[in-house]
Amino acid sequence: MPPAVILLVGALFVPFIKGKAKNWFVILLPVLAFYLITQLEAGSSWHVHFFGFDLTFLRVDKLSKIFGYIFTINAFAAFIYAFYLKDNTQHVAALLYIGSALGVVFSGDLIALYFFWEIMAVASTFLILTRKTKKSLGAGYRYILVHVFGGLCFLAGIVFYINSTGSIEFTAMTDRNIATYLILIGMLVNAAAPPLSAWLPDAYPEATVTGGVILSAYTTKTAVYTLIRGFPGWEVLIVIGCIMTLYGIIYALMENDMRRILAYSIINQVGFMITGVGIGTAMSLNGAAAHAFAHIIYKALLWMSAGSVLYMTGKSKCTDLGGLYKTMPLTLIFGGIGALAISAFPLTSGFTSKSLIIDGSMHQHLFWVWLILEIASAGVFLHAGIKFPYFVFFAKDKGLRPGETNKSMLIAMGFMSFLCIFLGVYPKPLYDILPYPMEHFSAYSASHVVSQLQLLMLSALVFFLFLKLLKRTETISIDTDWFYRKGGKIFYRVMDVSLNSINAITDKIFIKQLTGALISFAKDGPANLFMMVAYPFWLISGRKADQIALKKAKIYKNVKISAMPVGIVAVPVILYLTLLFLFG
Amino acid sequence: MKQKKEFDFFDKPKNRKLLWILLYAVCGLLFIPDFFIHREAHFGIDGIWGFYPILGFVACTVLILFSKLVGMVLKVKENYYD
Repeated sequence: MPPAVILLVGALFVPFIKGKAKNWFVILLPVLAFYLITQLEAGSSWHVHFFGFDLTFLRVDKLSKIFGYIFTINAFAAFIYAFYLKDNTQHVAALLYIGSALGVVFSGDLIALYFFWEIMAVASTFLILTRKTKKSLGAGYRYILVHVFGGLCFLAGIVFYINSTGSIEFTAMTDRNIATYLILIGMLVNAAAPPLSAWLPDAYPEATVTGGVILSAYTTKTAVYTLIRGFPGWEVLIVIGCIMTLYGIIYALMENDMRRILAYSIINQVGFMITGVGIGTAMSLNGAAAHAFAHIIYKALLWMSAGSVLYMTGKSKCTDLGGLYKTMPLTLIFGGIGALAISAFPLTSGFTSKSLIIDGSMHQHLFWVWLILEIASAGVFLHAGIKFPYFVFFAKDKGLRPGETNKSMLIAMGFMSFLCIFLGVYPKPLYDILPYPMEHFSAYSASHVVSQLQLLMLSALVFFLFLKLLKRTETISIDTDWFYRKGGKIFYRVMDVSLNSINAITDKIFIKQLTGALISFAKDGPANLFMMVAYPFWLISGRKADQIALKKAKIYKNVKISAMPVGIVAVPVILYLTLLFLFG
Repeated sequence: MKQKKEFDFFDKPKNRKLLWILLYAVCGLLFIPDFFIHREAHFGIDGIWGFYPILGFVACTVLILFSKLVGMVLKVKENYYD
């Protein structure tokens, strides 16, 4: 049985379970799914025939398993962390989101994968919306728009891909054409690769306390999974990955909001993984998978500690926080372990996983890639390793005396801290489940440990020497979301003035046709949306007018008979979550 | 009832000074292993004495200064989008 089923079906029962039983129930689900994954044997099954395609809902190999393990482990910890939470919407959204992430990982073909990809986008949006602030509503709206765009690119790519190859199987893509590039763009949107990255630091920090913990793990890491599977060795990913590592640091250094700092550091960390995918050797691909594994743990841990602070104080800006070491020592210690792990300190999981990627670049003699990764490693310690704990727990005492956070949160953080150190001291269990065969690897050589300590401690020194320059200001930083936030408004105003005057005149003429227009929208709306994306690419790829007309007719026909997966799954998911959101 | 005394180790100037000394000392001491540890140099430059500590120092300085510079242009008030 696909592990996704446990969480997706479980989500349906959540609203009917009362009291603490609900919390125990949601903790149990990922445990069951984890057990199921340990029992799965390599191969593919659960084939479903769908409009002439043979979909595969369960493809098991080492790559899908390692992501399956970490997705369920993290879900387990996140639901312990959320033990205080009674809100149905958040639990259901989280289960659907995590369940569909598992669905993506175990799908054997592009169409099944896209089904789950779509549910992920919808379900995760509700983890942002349920904070129910004006900001979170806006951020959630922008979040889903960006993902609809990414999803459409992905879908258009899939359609082209199936058209040209006749196969729906999801394996390593070798052809470099419009189809594969569109699929790649779709995946990179979810991986938060610039310039399509601003959705992440825009939306995640506006999510609920537990929403942030859960969001930090799945969207970007399913994207990493799909990239490992679909695009190993695509050199362009090295460039994108390297940019991401530095971009994340620069923005994190400018940020004031602690959860926004952590959001940018996700981009930085995913950059390491994507670089590993781009290098494409067994070692670096293993590195990407191992780093995703370790990263999910320590990043969730960091979000948990930031979440505890937010939960207890109601504040998340560094300028409002400080001196919390006095009253939240355990949160500090756990957060500190996460901070050391993300900085790849020896004896933590970051050290044993990231070394694979950096050594991978060394073995391929990629000097500049290696140098950027080393520089970025130093920078990680700067922004996530020291800046986050320093400004939140030390710096200037702002007189906040919140007291330690609740027990379930501490237990979850303790569990994740244990894993960070365990995998740092004894990485064998992690190395054993890596997807690709490679020769024995150990991160612990004397020279490696020493050089890592040298790199990190001198970075720490620089942080404190430049502390005055790093003083927090009450600002946000303009990112690429400016184009659709400000740009959108400007566009709207121009359109408002110019079009409304024309509109007034034509209104009378067109109002008569309103009914007809409505019908055609209902009939052709989805196809029109698809055409908006596909048409320019057809033009670029130099297709003749009659070819385009033929393709267009085919697509309109397919949509009319609902032969495309868009929306079929998403609609009930949206309905269910909206009902919970409003009445849950 | 007498309140429990708060743990304020990191607020005391004396302790802060001690931490500074410790930090300098650790950083200084970390240069020493480079005298006798043999590091396999893949690119030549990474075999040079003091390469990693100097890289850490220079990289972080540049990153901080660069983000400061970029911040002058990109930092805006919090209500910018409202």
